[in-house]
Amino acid sequence: MTTVERPDYKIIGTSPIRPDGAEKVTGAARYAADFKPAGLLYGAILRSPHAHARVIKIDTSEAAKMPGVMAVATHTDLPAAADKVEAIGESAVNLKELSSNILAHDKVLYHGHAVAAVAARSHFEAEAAARAIKVEYELLPPVLDVRDAMREDAPLLDENRHTKVMGGQTSDKPSNIASHNRFEDGDVEKALAESDHVVDREYRTRMVHQGYIEPHSSTAMWNSDDTIQIYTSTQGAFGVRSLTSQVLAVPLSSIRVTPLEIGGGFGGKTVIYLDPVAAVLSRKTGKPVKISMNRTDVFEATGPTSGSYIHIKLGIKDGKIHAVDATMAYEAGAFPGSPVGAGAMTMLSPYDVPNFRLNAYDVVVNKPKVAAYRAPGAPAAAFAIEQAIDEACKALKLDVLNFRDSNSSREGVKMVNGVAHPRIGAEETVQAALASDHWKSPIEGPNRGRGVASGFWFNAGMQSSVIAGVNPDGTVNLIEGSTDIGGTRASLAMQLAETLQIPFEDVRPVVADTDSIPHNDVTGGSRVTFATGLATYEAGMNIRKQMAERAAKLWNCSEDDVDYIDGELHCKKDSTKTLTFKEMAAQQARTGGPITGSASLVARGAGGAFATHIVDVEVDPETGKVEILRYTAVQDVGTAIHRAYVEGQIQGGVVQGIGWALNEEYFYDEEGHLRNSSFLDYRMPTTLDVPYIETIVVEVPNPGHPYGVRGVGEVPIVPPLAAIANAIEDATGHRFTELPISPRRVVEELNQLS
Amino acid sequence: MRRTHVSTRLNGDNVDFLCEPRQSLLEVLRDNLGLTGSKEGCNNGNCGACSVILNGRVVNSCCVLAVETEGAEVTTIEGIAEGDRLHPLQQVFLEEAALQCGICTPGFIVASKALLDKEPHPDEARVRHWLANNLCRCTGYDKIVRAVLKASDQMEAKV
Ligand code: FES
Ligand code: FES
Repeated sequence: MTTVERPDYKIIGTSPIRPDGAEKVTGAARYAADFKPAGLLYGAILRSPHAHARVIKIDTSEAAKMPGVMAVATHTDLPAAADKVEAIGESAVNLKELSSNILAHDKVLYHGHAVAAVAARSHFEAEAAARAIKVEYELLPPVLDVRDAMREDAPLLDENRHTKVMGGQTSDKPSNIASHNRFEDGDVEKALAESDHVVDREYRTRMVHQGYIEPHSSTAMWNSDDTIQIYTSTQGAFGVRSLTSQVLAVPLSSIRVTPLEIGGGFGGKTVIYLDPVAAVLSRKTGKPVKISMNRTDVFEATGPTSGSYIHIKLGIKDGKIHAVDATMAYEAGAFPGSPVGAGAMTMLSPYDVPNFRLNAYDVVVNKPKVAAYRAPGAPAAAFAIEQAIDEACKALKLDVLNFRDSNSSREGVKMVNGVAHPRIGAEETVQAALASDHWKSPIEGPNRGRGVASGFWFNAGMQSSVIAGVNPDGTVNLIEGSTDIGGTRASLAMQLAETLQIPFEDVRPVVADTDSIPHNDVTGGSRVTFATGLATYEAGMNIRKQMAERAAKLWNCSEDDVDYIDGELHCKKDSTKTLTFKEMAAQQARTGGPITGSASLVARGAGGAFATHIVDVEVDPETGKVEILRYTAVQDVGTAIHRAYVEGQIQGGVVQGIGWALNEEYFYDEEGHLRNSSFLDYRMPTTLDVPYIETIVVEVPNPGHPYGVRGVGEVPIVPPLAAIANAIEDATGHRFTELPISPRRVVEELNQLS
Repeated sequence: MRRTHVSTRLNGDNVDFLCEPRQSLLEVLRDNLGLTGSKEGCNNGNCGACSVILNGRVVNSCCVLAVETEGAEVTTIEGIAEGDRLHPLQQVFLEEAALQCGICTPGFIVASKALLDKEPHPDEARVRHWLANNLCRCTGYDKIVRAVLKASDQMEAKV
């Protein structure tokens, strides 16, 4: 479904095979763990067995003497890091805290916190030596739940932490609440009092992991001239470079980061864990050092996203959302920086809400420091508000989709941060859901139900650079710095081919290292196809201009008299004068040298993404198992560049959302030990747990991009949690307000009712 | 540690290697033999990224000791294509966009090949059941299942 007349694209909207495809189906593609330079040493990390403890003493003497061991490192090998905040894509990190997260300083703050590292000739020897390091701890009581952590008498993770209120003054007393922000407009008390119906409920979600299949891995070589080479799995090579440079106190230009193929990230590979440790071990040994996490390390010490507590009061008046009063508290893990702000700012964006007050708390707990996870903060917020809306609609006998349609946000409506939406596709997605085959098909049978939910994500712009060099045979090398996590080499090459009006196969994209391309921000925020796409478009237009200038010279006419049509240069004044792209490319040496187009920019106008999902479930009241019978995801994608990859992003996000809703959770015992740090016990969806995911791609072009691109990757994970909870309520008559809605919870809660 | 000599047939070639008895087949493939197409996602049998075909059966190579492959026939992702001609499964995975990051892809292709070698005409339910050992976090499985079914159709059309 398209809302405006679509330009006559030749390549955009098709689904060509990705340039890196053959390597990835034959096993030839090189991922971080596959990298093995000569003389490689293997690193291993000793992690804290405790959730909260003071580190009294680390004794590495015995470990250092073990066979094969070449070096040992602790936090004393890292320079003292500055207490300052550095932005990395969608989140920001305090460097001192980052450094303490990489190797613990005076305290360990979660089970799995890195304490010391070893480099040895084999990974067996490294692991044995890491186990032989003796650490003396003084145990402290852990605090594991966001609400417990907020209590005045809660054990403190950091005695020097005070609550920062509204970005300004700080609380007198120390607290685990790192920050408190408020978004407010209208008169919420009055509006709630005059509402026809008020829903008042609390919702809880647990920490969940991004679950990428590739564990983190990094290889570093510290050369004798103090330059450092890093080969790693990351969503942002420049982020690795800047963070490593800060943690190790070395200049940016001394570090070269080569991003190898990345086996999934979903936000979790925008931060660093291993790179500085591998570098320090390499400096000590004079050899390249590789550290690869195992799956337990990944669960214990990377990711996850916040567990949350949200209390909502939702007032409806005359069929409209009249007021929302919400308290939102998100677990940040060991150090501040939960996505509660993004949760608050996205929660109401699909709607036009006149009166609201959102109190957002960022809270530290003795669990791993959270990292971005696909639309960070938004799914938990949608889990709350979209259920409250569902509950209100059912109480008032309003159709859940019509209600969303009549309350929908649109161009000009302000978000809670005061920013007005540009042209968006909120209404269009709801209307497409209303018109869908799924919505029109009846749902029948016992224990079955249907749910819907909507969601929003901002999408990011940020900095991108590309260089496009025209070869004499008319092919083009596209050099870019956005790591390709799921097909962006293709989506960028397609935009360049469209701009130059040449065949897709003639564009050869490559992801370069940090020495070979100017700065690019992370592959995150659904930004690459949009922002790096914009840079690619500009580089292409730059090539067209250079070609027109040269043709004008050859033809003795003015540049204005040269047209660029269908990949050919034409002289307006003399129709016999034409040059194809290939012919012009062949003449570059004679007409002024290599033709290179480049662009470096900050992309603005990312354009928000909206989604509305419909799901049918069947609940087995005996076993508590919830089966997904049918799932339809409707989403405004702006313009689908690579259609199949757009669908794939939507389907992947939905299935992550299904896992989050039904099974996934970080399960801690009372002492704060993570008890399910394997794929067996942390239950992600398999082929058997999901049906085909139907997608309805709505295209409301983003005015901020020449081809109308909007980011598509993140918003699909926003609606599923609530849509599934709503469907289960429809099936059982019981509202589940706490995730995951696992078989155990279903049986327990349904049994309590009867 | 003392190393053991192992003779095996790997992707159609006779291959001899030395390994420690404690080394998994996955580790030997990747570290000793440089065949890094088989991936490690968990190293304990829960993700299928390390799938290889051992004597006609698909196994998690992280859960097989390398010494167990003495005299065995092993096929890894590197042995699926015929020369520079992709196997129909590989071609269809590309055409159907059945991969995003690609880390799970070798495992899915190897496992799917083992299925189609045995049962050329599986239905959707059978494919889903067979591939339930392989985790993919990117795709939601939709395009993977469709790709395997399409490859089965194509291979049938050829015979
Ligand atoms: S690495 Fe072998 S099953 Fe996961
Ligand atoms: S494509 Fe990334 S895990 Fe399957």
